[in-house]
Amino acid sequence: MQYIGEHLLPGQLGHFFTLLSLIASLLATAVFYKASRVVSPIERKSWLRLGRIVFLVETISVFSVFALLYFIISHHYHEYFFAWNHSSRSLLPKYLLACIWEDQSGSFLLWSIWHCVLGWILIWRAKQWEAGTLTVISFAQFCIATMLIGMYFFGQKVGSDPFILWRQQMPELPLFADPHYLQLPRVFEGNDLNTLLQNYWMVIHPPILFLGFASTIVPFAFAYAGLRSSDHSWAGTALPWASFSGAILGTGIMMGAAWAYESLSFGGYWAWDPVENASLVPWITLVAGLHTNLVYNRTGYSLRSTYFFYIITFTLVLYSTFLTRSGILGDTSVHAFTGADMTLQLILFAAVFFIPAIILFFRRYKKIPSIRREESSYSREFWMFIGSMVLFLSALVIIARTSLPVFNKIFGSNIAAPEDPKYAHNQVQIFVCIIIGILTGTTQYFRYKDTPPPVFRRRIIWPVLVALLIGAMISLFGHIDYNEKTIAFLIAIHAAIFSMVYAVVANAGYIFTGLKGKLRLAGASVAHVGFGLALIGILISSSKKKVLSWNTTGIAFFKKSNTEDPAENITLFKSLPTDMGPYNVTYVSDTFNTAQRKRFYGIQFQAKDSSDSFTLYPDLIRNNKGVEGMSANPDSKHYWNKDIFVYISAAEKNDKEDTATFRPREIKAGDTSFYRNGFFVLNRVVVNPPDQRKRYVPGENAIFLDMTVVSKEGHSYPIMPGIAVKDMDIRSLPDSVKPEALAISFNKVIDQKTGRLEIGVKESSAITDLITLKVYEFPMINLLWIGVLIMVAGFLMSVISHLKKRSLTVA
Amino acid sequence: MKKIHIAILVLIAAAITALIGFTGDLTTYETIASAKQKPGRFVNLIARLDKSQPMQYDAVKDPNYLSFVAEDTLGNSVQVVYHNAKPQDMEKSERIVLKGRMQDGHFECKDILLKCPSKYKDDPKAVSRNAGVY
Repeated sequence: MQYIGEHLLPGQLGHFFTLLSLIASLLATAVFYKASRVVSPIERKSWLRLGRIVFLVETISVFSVFALLYFIISHHYHEYFFAWNHSSRSLLPKYLLACIWEDQSGSFLLWSIWHCVLGWILIWRAKQWEAGTLTVISFAQFCIATMLIGMYFFGQKVGSDPFILWRQQMPELPLFADPHYLQLPRVFEGNDLNTLLQNYWMVIHPPILFLGFASTIVPFAFAYAGLRSSDHSWAGTALPWASFSGAILGTGIMMGAAWAYESLSFGGYWAWDPVENASLVPWITLVAGLHTNLVYNRTGYSLRSTYFFYIITFTLVLYSTFLTRSGILGDTSVHAFTGADMTLQLILFAAVFFIPAIILFFRRYKKIPSIRREESSYSREFWMFIGSMVLFLSALVIIARTSLPVFNKIFGSNIAAPEDPKYAHNQVQIFVCIIIGILTGTTQYFRYKDTPPPVFRRRIIWPVLVALLIGAMISLFGHIDYNEKTIAFLIAIHAAIFSMVYAVVANAGYIFTGLKGKLRLAGASVAHVGFGLALIGILISSSKKKVLSWNTTGIAFFKKSNTEDPAENITLFKSLPTDMGPYNVTYVSDTFNTAQRKRFYGIQFQAKDSSDSFTLYPDLIRNNKGVEGMSANPDSKHYWNKDIFVYISAAEKNDKEDTATFRPREIKAGDTSFYRNGFFVLNRVVVNPPDQRKRYVPGENAIFLDMTVVSKEGHSYPIMPGIAVKDMDIRSLPDSVKPEALAISFNKVIDQKTGRLEIGVKESSAITDLITLKVYEFPMINLLWIGVLIMVAGFLMSVISHLKKRSLTVA
Repeated sequence: MKKIHIAILVLIAAAITALIGFTGDLTTYETIASAKQKPGRFVNLIARLDKSQPMQYDAVKDPNYLSFVAEDTLGNSVQVVYHNAKPQDMEKSERIVLKGRMQDGHFECKDILLKCPSKYKDDPKAVSRNAGVY
């Protein structure tokens, strides 16, 4: 069958380069491995040269694959399943890159690209470690390449080919019986990128995150090379790599948190979701390894633990990619990254790195130099090691709990998560927080090897006192009164806040007293200050997170406690100001933005006790790609000390035809009349009232009825129906009370002398637009974001100061 | 014993305590029948929305009260009460996971997870539906 309009060349080229990358990476692994084993420098040099050529071929292949995929998507060649499934012609160009990361193959490709970049930097800078580290990186490239080929070996499908034609992937679909299938509207248009992913976060978060993941291979590669050659001098070179990795991976993770906070309705920035945990855990072990690495560089202690931490960090990254991609998390995670069935391959990917490395570690264990004499308990290295152990155990607890679905799969059990999974993690991690805060602050004041106790005590006393003062002020005046759980947890929160304040004060103080203000040496202290601030932001914003949207209709205002769980949603009727605690809120508008497929709801806030007034625009976005319904995106208002955060939980738009009629009724001034849900009173009749001037024109005589409607729940609303008379024309000006589904018109004067009037009463529910909302307040949330930025800056300062030092010694 | 080793043992003991505490909090997946035998215990129910029974949610009266009937594959059913907004498009779900406890003959639900059809974008049926063919 000859199909019209297909462009087969890009796909064929793409497939060729994928295969080339597979072969080149395997070859590069072998060549670099040989280079690492030969002893003679001349032989080594020639092997290295060959390795670099092969690695260059590999790099060009990987970049070509990426370029061809982008070409196919941007030219809308929908004969390729990848292009059809993840993009559309109406997609804004800035989201074309996001289409690539929407798919698993795309994110593997991204990972592979970063490996190439890192590989070339290592070739440039790693000197005698080039052969060993590039062996590891090339092998990782080979593994990733197998994820992209999509071919069958012995009946098993290996990988998932991004260049496969749609008609090859699903040949049974009847639409391929038509040679002009490319012109069919849905095929021509494309299946589009998931609407939730059409935002700038999807363009920038995956690249940074995957650079973070990719960079953890470098310390692993150094560790492997060191074990293989029993030469441990790599530790000096590896340290800035570990710092860089910590900075980028940390940034990537927190970008995810910021995205969750800003765009998706997870109700916050962190939910201890399995995918979040799986990326955090390697970061924690990386930081642990970084600290033991530093200890080894300065004192010779902790080399074995450094090896161990660097090996498991990369392993945990591979484990995390297995958890995320294999679909094993299923219902336990809100992130739904399933699709190709690559479970076995993902497990093998992790195993093939972890098992040889850990076997090598245990075989060389005795030969790794370690100092027999124990560290002094007044030494920096002793407490840094304790800190790394605490971090490691914290990571272990998190990953053990997150791996519950894996446990279920292996043992065939059917255990579910606890009732409050977030609290389960928070309970433990708060104690980790307390310990780490104290350690971070105190350890800076110890010297390496030993510190005379009086010197130590003298230097530490000021940070302790200042921290106690600040901590006490926060505890006393900060209204930290989180009573949703036990009182013990509340005490732990206070202790954690003090501990982190201490970390900030002690580290900031150390920059001045210990480092004499030399900022360029202060990378570590700055990073610790940032970490402390971020944690203070987390503790305060989470423990003081307030729900503002208590439903005030009929229920007394009260806070969430561990015995009561009141409702978090409030219903707003269009144009009706509603009492919501400290604000009066009105649902003022809704507009549909066709291009973005979003309906924006204008919600106006008016503070009761000040002139503060603002409008927020949360939206509902129509889901695409066959998923029904709408997803809600929040909007938030940022103050320096808090954020107010609003999102729509339900919306009802009434466009129905109003078929009910006005039924006539007689009434006099002062009379009370009943309707379905209450009564109304005609207070008086007014003629040409100035405040209703908008409703009638000059030259008309307008008569209005000043009435009040009182519902049986006790709410009262004003209502003013009227008529405007000009010569013989009478215009009826009905008025309505939407929440009561009540409309009243003024029909005529029956008898002027007795004051009897006729009104029309209509009761129908087809006149209300309503939404239900959740409104949260997060105090001091900005501390979190500022803290993260400062922490990343601290990491990068360390990298720069290490590089400067090395170039000084080398030159 | 070296100080370091003592410290490590203490920390490991703390970690084990944390994990054991966690296992005590774990919950189970139950059928409606077995859940009814464990009133007050927090359980997870896998069930379906019984569309033949009325579902009660009135955002005007109370946006935080949803009541419906769930039935499972064994044919048992139970009245469910959920004190929160109705999840979007709950009527279109194929399966729901309910987390909560049995109380006074009905199920007090804390959380609802919806399982909607065609969640997997590589599913050929979903794809052909999207392609506007079937």
